[in-house]
This record gives sequence, structure tokens and C-alpha cells, in this order.
Amino acid sequence: MTTTHSTPVATEMVRLDARGLKCPMPIVRTAMTIKTLAPGQLLEVLATDPGAVADFSAWSRTTGHDLVEQSIADGVYRFVLRRK
Amino acid sequence: MTTPVIERDVEMIEQETGVDHDLLGFLESAVIEAPAEETETQPAATPAVESATRQLVIINWSGELDKLWPTLIMSTAAAASGYQAKVFITFWGLLPFVKDQKRIVGENWMQKMLSFMQRPGISHLRLSKMNFLGMGPWMIGRLSKQYNVATPPELLEAAQAMGVEFIPCQMTMEMFGLQREDMIDGLGEPAGAAAVLELMTQPNTASLFI
Repeated sequence: MTTTHSTPVATEMVRLDARGLKCPMPIVRTAMTIKTLAPGQLLEVLATDPGAVADFSAWSRTTGHDLVEQSIADGVYRFVLRRK
Repeated sequence: MTTPVIERDVEMIEQETGVDHDLLGFLESAVIEAPAEETETQPAATPAVESATRQLVIINWSGELDKLWPTLIMSTAAAASGYQAKVFITFWGLLPFVKDQKRIVGENWMQKMLSFMQRPGISHLRLSKMNFLGMGPWMIGRLSKQYNVATPPELLEAAQAMGVEFIPCQMTMEMFGLQREDMIDGLGEPAGAAAVLELMTQPNTASLFI
């Protein structure tokens, strides 16, 4: 993954495809990926595990990374997190 | 054989009780192998948990597939959620952390017999119920693939990558005749009961015995 250096704060949204993964792998992959982001940068996670809905809100509360968006379309959950 | 673990335990007992029993002095005059500087640096190596950090401590006593699985899931999820996750591996719970390719471990015939009856390694786990000579674990393995559930070897890899600390029990390792080189890489320093008690009673700590 490359980050843009032209802007002072990296605003580019990073996408993580966690479709097909089961508990606890979606949050494990999310935790690994969010570490590589700059503070304030957004991470979009796609998941198909229904357990992810409760897990992502709990994970957001525990870690302090804001869950700024949450939606479902065609059986795919979409979570947008902001790195603290 | 006296080990650094005993020194660590004694120091912790002295710290907790506030009483200098001079047990270390007694031990030093008897059978201490480690140099004195090492005993001083060891307590510092155990990081004091700040009150804000949550911690999960699991005593992993069972070596069975259906018990190691949740241990790995919970500790990996905890590490991914910013917890300090520590798993004390003891008794049967040590065996999954022996290298997979080890067939027979131990020094005397009883230790060897034990490892023959329960083959060590994370790929050779039994179920605590419905094992049916390996039929149960085989079916669970097939199902986990079918439903794309991470298997214990995959979870162990994730756990170690996320920083879960696996702490072997020194006493059981000796009783089973297990050497450090029999065990997988990346395990923490072997410890004793007092070290685990200290971890379990820290603030913001959840402890489980599985």
C-alpha cells in the first residue's frame, strides 16, 4: 500500500476485503491493517460474517477507532473506521 | 534442578507479602545457576500494566482441540482489540505447543509413553468428546474448511503475529521431560504459579481457566 505524500494528512480510504472470513479473523485482519494507516485515515472493511456487526461495534468501542459508517448490501457488510 | 523461575516466584512472593524471607539468599547458597545480574533484570522484563490497558489471562490446561480452539480465538481477538493477552500453558495444554514433527518426547519411559499415547503438536489434537478414534476431529476439520473457519494452526500463527504471549509452565515442562527445543518458537519465558497469580490479579484483567 502506498500513502500519498502530496497532502499533509493521508485521506485516502483503504479497503480491506474480509469477505468469507469467520470470527475472529475479520477483526484480526482489521487490527493488522489499521496499524499501517495514518491517524484520521479511513479504513473500509467488507465482511460477510453476520457476527461482524456486533464485533465491529465492540471492537470500535474497545480500541477507540471510530466506526463512522455501517451498512449492508447484498449480504455484504460494510464498515468504515477512522484510525484514532 | 533449580531454575530462574523459582527466583522469580520468590521475588514475587516477597514483593506481594512485603516480607523479605531471604529465600533467595538461601537458594543462592544452595543451587542457583543463573548469574546474579540476570535475577535483577528479570522483574523489569515483566511489564507493569498501566491501569488503562486491559488484559486477558488464560490458563490453558487442556490440550484438546475443542478447548484450545476458543483459547486461541479469545486470545487473538483480545490482542486485536488492544488487550495484553497472555496464555499460561500447563499440563496437557503444553502438548499442542510442542513442534508438530516431534513424535515422542521426554527422557524416561513414562514420559515417552505419555507422548506416545497423546501425540503432541497442534495438528494432532483430540476432541474432549466424540473423538471416535479421530473421526470427530477429522469431521471438525472438514467442517472448518467448508465454513472457512480459521483452524488452530492458523489461529496460533495469527495469535503470535498479534503479540499474544504464550508462557510455558516450567514445572510441567520438566515433569513431561520437555526441552525448550521441543517447543515451538516464539514462546515466552517459562514461569511459575506466583507469576501467573500476579498477572491474574492486576487491574482490568479477565482471567480464564480452560
